[in-house]
Amino acid sequence: MRIPLSALLGMIFTGAFFLAAIFADFIAPYPLDAAVGGVWEGPSAQYWLGTDTIGRDILSRMIYGGQITIFVATASSLLAFSLGAFLGFLAATQGGWVDQLLSRLVDLVMAIPSLIIALVVLSVLPINLTVLILVMGILDATRVFRLSRAVAVDITVMDYVEAARLRGEGKGWVIFREVLPNALSPLVAEFGLRFIFAVLFISTLSFLGLGIQPPLADWGGMVKENKDALVYGKSAALMPALAIAALAISVNLVADWILSRTTSLKGGRGA
Amino acid sequence: MPETLLEIKNLKIEATSYPPGEPPRHVTLVEDVSVSVEKGKVLGLIGESGAGKSTIGLSAMAYGRGGVRLTGGQILLNGRDIRQAGAGALRALRGREVTYVAQSAAAAFNPARRLMEQVIETSLSHGLMSKAEAEARAKSLFAQLGLPNPDTFGERYPHQVSGGQLQRAMTAMALCPKPDLVIFDEPTTALDVTTQIDVLAAIKRAIHETGVAALYITHDLAVVAQVADDILVLRHGKKVEYGTTDQIINTPREDYTRALVSVRSIDHAEKGPAAPVLSVANVTARYRGTNFDVLKNVTVDLAPGQTLAVVGESGSGKSTLARAITGLLPPGQGRITFAGRTLSADLAGRTKDDLRELQMIYQMADTAMNPRQTVGTIIGRPLEFYFGLKGEAKRKRLQELLEQIEMGKGYENRYPAELSGGQKQRVCIARALAAKPKLIICDEVTSALDPLVADGILKLLLNLQAQEGVAYLFITHDLATVRAIADRIAVMFKGQVVRYGQKSDVLAPPFDDYTDLLLSSVPEMRLGWLEQVLAHRKMESAGN
Amino acid sequence: MHPVLKLVAQRIALGLLLLLAVSVVIFAGTEALPGDVASAILGQSATPEALANLRDKLGLNEPALYRYFSWLGGVLTGDLGTALTNGQDIAQAIGQRLGNTIFLAACAAVISVPLAILLGLVAARYAGRWPDKLISGITLSTISLPEFVAAYFVIYLLTQLIPIFNPVAMVFPGMGFWEKLHAVALPVIVLVLVVLAHMMRMTRAAILNVMQSAYIETAELKGLSPMQVIWKHAFPNAIAPIVSVVVLNLAYLVVGVVVVEVVFSYNALGQYLVDHVSKRDLPVVQAVGLIFAAVYIGLNILADVISIVANPRLRHPK
Repeated sequence: MRIPLSALLGMIFTGAFFLAAIFADFIAPYPLDAAVGGVWEGPSAQYWLGTDTIGRDILSRMIYGGQITIFVATASSLLAFSLGAFLGFLAATQGGWVDQLLSRLVDLVMAIPSLIIALVVLSVLPINLTVLILVMGILDATRVFRLSRAVAVDITVMDYVEAARLRGEGKGWVIFREVLPNALSPLVAEFGLRFIFAVLFISTLSFLGLGIQPPLADWGGMVKENKDALVYGKSAALMPALAIAALAISVNLVADWILSRTTSLKGGRGA
Repeated sequence: MPETLLEIKNLKIEATSYPPGEPPRHVTLVEDVSVSVEKGKVLGLIGESGAGKSTIGLSAMAYGRGGVRLTGGQILLNGRDIRQAGAGALRALRGREVTYVAQSAAAAFNPARRLMEQVIETSLSHGLMSKAEAEARAKSLFAQLGLPNPDTFGERYPHQVSGGQLQRAMTAMALCPKPDLVIFDEPTTALDVTTQIDVLAAIKRAIHETGVAALYITHDLAVVAQVADDILVLRHGKKVEYGTTDQIINTPREDYTRALVSVRSIDHAEKGPAAPVLSVANVTARYRGTNFDVLKNVTVDLAPGQTLAVVGESGSGKSTLARAITGLLPPGQGRITFAGRTLSADLAGRTKDDLRELQMIYQMADTAMNPRQTVGTIIGRPLEFYFGLKGEAKRKRLQELLEQIEMGKGYENRYPAELSGGQKQRVCIARALAAKPKLIICDEVTSALDPLVADGILKLLLNLQAQEGVAYLFITHDLATVRAIADRIAVMFKGQVVRYGQKSDVLAPPFDDYTDLLLSSVPEMRLGWLEQVLAHRKMESAGN
Repeated sequence: MHPVLKLVAQRIALGLLLLLAVSVVIFAGTEALPGDVASAILGQSATPEALANLRDKLGLNEPALYRYFSWLGGVLTGDLGTALTNGQDIAQAIGQRLGNTIFLAACAAVISVPLAILLGLVAARYAGRWPDKLISGITLSTISLPEFVAAYFVIYLLTQLIPIFNPVAMVFPGMGFWEKLHAVALPVIVLVLVVLAHMMRMTRAAILNVMQSAYIETAELKGLSPMQVIWKHAFPNAIAPIVSVVVLNLAYLVVGVVVVEVVFSYNALGQYLVDHVSKRDLPVVQAVGLIFAAVYIGLNILADVISIVANPRLRHPK
């Protein structure tokens, strides 16, 4: 199997971001919260990416910030995914009122932009990691629900699923041996897209001051802290912004590739 | 001396495909094909899928679909080589000198515009006639082609008329600008058999009356024999045989042509009546949420080791009958008895033996097999599920089954995508056989296959019936297949069985109206059949 | 009744029902969540008297159903209540800011819609070739950017590297139209970038979908010129999907506008909403949230109505 260059680059960058997040304590040159230099110093041998609005090392904060961003995004997309996929498959295989109820509920939530719902909800709830992960996860689960339901419905009408039912196979075999293997590729690609969405979402919330709260740092919050630097021609705010873009694009490249492989599999070689 | 209109010399056609995630692939679709059409004559292009017949047909307009390129030879139309023609010259000839009738008129008409606008479009854009002249011509063509209310027909939108009417409208569209040559690309393939004969007759009449030349592309030799003067038989993009229709049908020279001519001439002696293994009694059924019976009081029997053919056109309820018998659509009324037991109406109420002894084979083998399972898993699962076979015993039985379907070693690790169409259907047969069933329901199992491949499947099914004593409920729209394999026949029309009995009785007169129409509509492999049927029908309607 | 009218009426009725349900969600989202609203507003250290006071003021002692209907009644009559933080009349505060938001979104729409359709056409015309790949590549990257990140890249580029704009977009009453236009140039550029990508990709897909239809081949085989094929055969069928793509993406502006207003400290509805979320000023959040949701739903209904009306099968029933 040949992996295209774009997907390979995507994988390498994605891997690097995750490794940096996991081993943040070992590779970050300075602590998260120590003012070590002057305000908005440019990049130097000592501070590779310069210093921030109160003289903290930007590289170190970005490594720790990446840890938070990636952790929150991973946790909420996992939640969105397990919840959405479970309910989506349930709705597709059960049909009837279960399907109706879940589908209408999802329609309702999706009728309002996620950011608006999140803002409304966060005006009441205390803002902490658990709440953020729950809110983002549940809102995003609606999209996973729609996709997995659609994929499962497409597969359950296939003759091979009917053949299994006519054979007398139980629900377990039908779901895990007939439906799931064929639904996996689009779902994996979808997971990538949900993860990107979660990264963008948490960054946006933090940027608006409604996400990760100090003393914790994340990339969106770092852009907010340093945004005034731009007026003075300093690039401090651009570094975390670049990190967000790089992570999102890398994961996108991988997901795109998985998606294109899925469509080529569907066509089949014999067709 | 007849005038040559189209002359194709040593045509070579190549294509490049771009499978996602793989390097581009170059293939030769057509090689060294030479053929010619005289003015006012009809050339039939025949072959199975992948033979290159449509590709050659479109080359007469110097048109290649997708990545298809005309890379060699000459295509002389009225003496000019159009393969070398520039874009402007091609536009001038397309739609004026040569026109095209597609297989699916439903897709080929623009849904957003009225039929008349589309039918006369070419005549206007090429400046051939005034709008009034073009509309008058279109109306007379509508009448010629037997369309209802020819004066107002053109005001309708494509979705407002039936499939058979659209196909005629497309023929009118092709004939309107008075072209020299019309390409008919499988114009009747998507139609029901009783509609096909009308459209075929209309096309033939229109060709005859307008004196236009035509390329008639089809996979059905019996159809092309009715309209063509000459026939070119193609296989894998190469010429097999080229001759007059009379010569190809009556004295074919090549083995492949002979096989095509004698297709479905399987000889199957009818077995006599016997105590039934399956009895369907007074079954009435409707789909949930509808108030319309798709099956009305259906009663049929099937004896062990015999074949009951259920024949009908689309919408006749024949596939619904299969769903009722398998328990997928529990009947509202009636009783189904199988192997001496009364079957539960609902799938959930059936025993494992009920399920095992009643197997099913589908029309599309592609969607009937899980693309993520190997042939070994697909055939092995029923062995495991019904008989608890494992390891060596399972492997041995699997091998037996593969040999029974004439596929032998080396296939158990392949995925469905790695098999040909015929092989896929064979694997589905093996999967059904693995359960040691008393009855297999075959739902249009050969209609997606090329004629010769379909023939092989039918022969295999008959052999297996002789070996295993399994009964078939064979659902099909194709009467030739019915003749080949049935012992009993049930003819269905609008949810009802309109004629039922032993094959020899059902296929012998006197007929009811519908069976007569159905039987007489099946093209026969001989010249003059179409005229004979039409004359016969005219006489009958005059008699009434 | 003509079936199209019936479908359109159905769709609009459904939309209104949805809007009602959304108002329940927004109300429940702020009022019925676990935790006491009053203590959420005042924080952990609030005195019991202050809490009781606030509960009274918010009407929290009334049953939730009663509060919902009195809120809804107020909304329907244009009375949005007063802000908790400064006692200002919300309807009045919104009125002025809504104008600014609409001005910003309208500028973005006026630029992005024709541009997206043009780029979509170009990409579809050269599908698979370099112009398509270039456009697709660039739009894929902009899709991966959150609005505020795109905004800072643009700010850095256009105020520092090529200093032609002012990084703060101040609009105040009494400003001339052209002055206003210059002031909002940067936020408009950002919004255009953000919506353009989605709009252009969906336009491209809609056009390609139509161009691959069999009736386009029929038109080509009729010897029509490329312009005739596009104008007479592709356009009548592509117009509906393109318009609905455009409208759907305008709905997407609703989200973009919130973030972009914050970035540029642009005094409008989005900025107002975010400010009052931090201040936990519920009546404001509910009112503004409902407005954004209503606009979003309204545009979605519009998109559906357009595709119903444009469908020849529905317009000319059998």
